[in-house]
Amino acid sequence: MTAPTKELRSGRIDGREPAVRLDAVSKVYGRELLALDRVTLSVARGEFVCLLGASGCGKSTLLNLVAGLDRATAGTIDTGGARIAMMFQEPALFPWLTVSANIELALRVTSTGAGTTRKQRRARAAELLETVHLGDFGGKRPHELSGGMRQRVALARALAQDADVLLMDEPFGALDAMTRDLLHDELERIWRERGLSVLFVTHNVREAVRLGDRVVLLSSRPGTVIEDYKITLDRPRRTDSGEVTGQAATITDRLKQEVLRHARRAPAASGPDAATGTTPSGGER
Amino acid sequence: MTADVSQHLAGLDALELSGRERRGLASRVWARAWPMISAIILVLAIWELVVLSGWRPEYVLPGPGTVLADLGHRLGDGEFYAAVAVTMRRAVIGFAIAVLTGLVVGAAVSRVRPLRAAFGSLITGLQTMPSIAWFPLAILLFKLSESAILFVVVLGAAPSIANGLIAGVDYTPPILLRAGHILGLRRLALYRHVILPASLPSFLSGLKQGWAFAWRSLMAGELLVIIAHQTSIGEQLDNARELSDAPGLLATMIVILVIGIVVDMVFGAADNALRRRWGLDQRVG
Repeated sequence: MTAPTKELRSGRIDGREPAVRLDAVSKVYGRELLALDRVTLSVARGEFVCLLGASGCGKSTLLNLVAGLDRATAGTIDTGGARIAMMFQEPALFPWLTVSANIELALRVTSTGAGTTRKQRRARAAELLETVHLGDFGGKRPHELSGGMRQRVALARALAQDADVLLMDEPFGALDAMTRDLLHDELERIWRERGLSVLFVTHNVREAVRLGDRVVLLSSRPGTVIEDYKITLDRPRRTDSGEVTGQAATITDRLKQEVLRHARRAPAASGPDAATGTTPSGGER
Repeated sequence: MTADVSQHLAGLDALELSGRERRGLASRVWARAWPMISAIILVLAIWELVVLSGWRPEYVLPGPGTVLADLGHRLGDGEFYAAVAVTMRRAVIGFAIAVLTGLVVGAAVSRVRPLRAAFGSLITGLQTMPSIAWFPLAILLFKLSESAILFVVVLGAAPSIANGLIAGVDYTPPILLRAGHILGLRRLALYRHVILPASLPSFLSGLKQGWAFAWRSLMAGELLVIIAHQTSIGEQLDNARELSDAPGLLATMIVILVIGIVVDMVFGAADNALRRRWGLDQRVG
């Protein structure tokens, strides 16, 4: 299949230029497993967009496509040459390097770090660690830190890439609620200070409402955009505030409808899946 | 607000990190030493019992007392050290060539797909080949010379070392590959900064196994390939047999065993240190 030739919509959001623009992006795994079906989505410069969906909606697939870790089967993804950083659910730090060296490596291999001396990179890494309140831990190894601390190091490493766009794949999914709340505050502060464009994947509705300027709801199997909520609540928000809970409830209801649709479809759908041996779970990871 | 968040984070960090200390050196050494010492005492006791039972006459199977006395006598003799020096020189040279060969072959085979298909199973096959089966060919090629011995030592050790590296490359955690990719590392840079360091633990096990094969091959070689006017441990063993010097034979065997164990412990210590630094050692407590 080739990319559609129809003219792209401008994709402008509130008059802001998009940092990331997906137009009719589809992804097929194997011969017939459709993970994403003509997804059209834009993230404006400096915008925080949360991507929400039940399992099997291809959220992670979508991020991988934007990150260039995978190729779309059809459609276009335009990042306008923006530098892209990504965080995963696991910190994915290199265990053979100290915390500081992990960040120094990112500084060294990123184009902006070319020509810098080791000393400059070390100083810059210390600054970045200070940004995530880990100034004293540069000499530690990743395994010596807690899960939340490692995720902050991963965030500092992503910042080291001096990216314009930050892709986050359930980055706080494995953390306890209190740590997660604190990291929400941290992320929000850093996002504002740096004017980052963020595409944040989660299955936690409240987290999405807590953080996002927009919450984009994806359907499951195949993934398509079914709702695009604008969240206008004042910042900073609290995950347990009435407004956040209220909006989350609305979105959760919509999400449940979507899940129910599959319950009705399930007996028919399980037939061909079982016959071909392709389980749709492949689309998530 | 920010100070508040950072204080909360600092509090959580402090809670997460408390109570992780290593025991002192003396207690760690003792914890490892006493089972070994007990095992040695047990073996000596069984040996003594077999001798006392009169199963074989004393001149064929001497007791531990006689053998240890003979060993003590040897340890005071210059010729013994000359023999050990010759054997260890061969071991080091042979092992070093094997490491180089294993590295080059392992790196090539793990990176280049056709090479993998062609030689992957051959390398594993070579590992199962008893080294003594190589000697007729080695003697044909190199006559009764040190080269013949080294040839077999290298063939014995290199496949294990290459396989260790290949396995390490294969089992590089995919998440680290993705992280490296996001940082912009490609091909050789990805290999150098991610894949090679990630395969270090497996490579180290390969070295350890390679050493075991090298040591066995070397002993077989020194028994088969006797080079005139050059004493070695294997040659001393052969001498002892020809002279029916049972205590000398057993004392030499103990030397072979001890050298093998000591080198193995060095690799074990390196492996432990690596696991501790990387946090692969997830013992509870």
